[in-house]
Amino acid sequence: MNLFIRGVLLLATAAGSCLLTPAAFAEKNIAGVWAGTYGEDWPDRFPGPELGDYGGLPINDADRMRALTWNASLIALPEYQCRVHPSDYANSFADIRIWEERDPITEKLIALHLQHFAWQTRRTIWMDGREHPPEYAQHTSMGFSTGQWDGQVLTIHTTHLKEGWLRRNGAARSDMATVTEHFIRHGDVLTWTVVVNDPLYLEEPFIRNRDYRYSVDNQVANYPCDSVVEMVRAPGYIPHHLPGTNEDVKIFAETHGIPYKAAMGGAATMYPEYVKVIRSLPVPAPR
Amino acid sequence: MQSLSVSKFCKRGLLLTLTMLLAGTSYAQQRDFSKVKIEALRVRDNIYMLVGEGGNITVQIGSDGVLIVDTQYAELSDKILARIRELSKGPIRYIIDTHHHGDHTGGNAKLRAAGMTVSGGNVGGDISDAGAGAQIIAHENALLHMTAPPAAGQPAIPSAALPTLTYFTPKKDLWFNGEGIRIIHQPNAHTDGDSIVYFRQSDVISAGDVYVTKTYPFIDVPNGGSIQGIIAAANNIIDLIIPVYGQDGGTLVIPGHGRLSDIGDVINYREMLTIIRDRIQDMIKKGMTLEQVKAAKPTRDYDPRWGTDTGFWTTTQFIEAVYKNLSTAQGK
Ligand SMILES: [Zn+2]
Ligand SMILES: [Zn+2]
Repeated sequence: MNLFIRGVLLLATAAGSCLLTPAAFAEKNIAGVWAGTYGEDWPDRFPGPELGDYGGLPINDADRMRALTWNASLIALPEYQCRVHPSDYANSFADIRIWEERDPITEKLIALHLQHFAWQTRRTIWMDGREHPPEYAQHTSMGFSTGQWDGQVLTIHTTHLKEGWLRRNGAARSDMATVTEHFIRHGDVLTWTVVVNDPLYLEEPFIRNRDYRYSVDNQVANYPCDSVVEMVRAPGYIPHHLPGTNEDVKIFAETHGIPYKAAMGGAATMYPEYVKVIRSLPVPAPR
Repeated sequence: MQSLSVSKFCKRGLLLTLTMLLAGTSYAQQRDFSKVKIEALRVRDNIYMLVGEGGNITVQIGSDGVLIVDTQYAELSDKILARIRELSKGPIRYIIDTHHHGDHTGGNAKLRAAGMTVSGGNVGGDISDAGAGAQIIAHENALLHMTAPPAAGQPAIPSAALPTLTYFTPKKDLWFNGEGIRIIHQPNAHTDGDSIVYFRQSDVISAGDVYVTKTYPFIDVPNGGSIQGIIAAANNIIDLIIPVYGQDGGTLVIPGHGRLSDIGDVINYREMLTIIRDRIQDMIKKGMTLEQVKAAKPTRDYDPRWGTDTGFWTTTQFIEAVYKNLSTAQGK
């Protein structure tokens, strides 16, 4: 075979393989069903956090007061019963489904859609470069999200969130918070990092990681919720504790032998060096 | 939003709060309106929220014409009208004032003049010339405040800006553009003449200043406002709301100031106000003086979100108003 014919054949083979194999992009494909893994922060997730445990949360004094005056009976009120977990918290629970919305002609990625098992919430991550709405537009539990691929990392910026929670034991996250997320796929493992920036209630950004495993056999189940009146209360009644009156917030520290101060959170409690401080603090008498 | 824009947002909130009490005329003297843009946000179907300076405006459009709730400042009327004309060429037939404050009624005269009332039957008697302009509906107490002798140095409100149709009953109903519209009085809330406007088919509530999203609500105590009334109004709004599964969406609420809301925002507002009310009430029961209550900082946890130390309506003034309300026999 002369060189010319050999060259033509090589080109033809190359062109053929281009047609047969998917085009390679910098961005990863993260579509599919992903099963949650629970090695991290287990007690915080399905069992649920204990009242009075705010350690590791970079909350400020105002948010601590929100937490210490919070009364869990609040979520028995009908209008609170089916409140969904906000998008910066929902990823702690069970499986998720991610699917792509692409322009049928250009194949350009318009949006990623994500459904949580928890509360069956769906969110959209706009990938088409659109702007965030003005501040006077509605805030939602999922917020308004835009994303872009930075190399192999999907980075998402979310605004327009309603007030939510950092931990479901009274530590509030304000509706002025913004959230930055990173999705990183390593083969069949997906790491989802959430960075909560709350200028009103946090001393420093709060960072949380969740890991998922690609699931071939599972689907995401539904999650029905119906609000019902569970007990008759006076109209307009809101359960809460007057400041300084909730003795139950001490149970966590006393049960686990943790200094009260350490259980109250703050940016310092996020760092490994805080162990030294804990050792210098008085431990409450066991309950 | 980054923290920078949050602070910008808070400052803007402050400025808007400042406008809440000031009559349109006196505020207008201090403010350059030339840079204010009137932006329209589609709320649902034929309902829009106009945002500029002063209270949010609700616009409902349809084959019968245009109905608007609140009118911001007179200086903005041309821009407001231009924006409304982009949404509908139909006649402005009704203006509803949620209450008497100048940041909600300043544009009454000009916007009324741009509209028309269809006359006949018992409609003819309340205006001299049926073609003169749109009907302005308000609670009777709003009209009483607008016709009260003005504060020293302030001009009287011209008769062309006054409500032409008032009600003193708990509610007033209207059918316009294919839907029932219920105007519901909220007694002694932000003032004593507050109305919320419920668009039943569109499922939108225009709340006026009984519901705001930027600062602690301004309680106009001299004009009959009270914390108990504001909380009652928030509860009334919640009663009207039917949320979608998950408490996101469903009935939408246009606040007097701030962002478009749904039940989640309104229940947070109600929760905040109820908790602060309960705390201050408890302190009054314990015999604490106003100074002691202020020193105890009963709003400390909500202040980063709702409070401010500067401007017209500070956290301190809010606490003072709540204390004053709750110290009266009626307030208890
Ligand atoms: Zn106002
Ligand atoms: Zn007002």
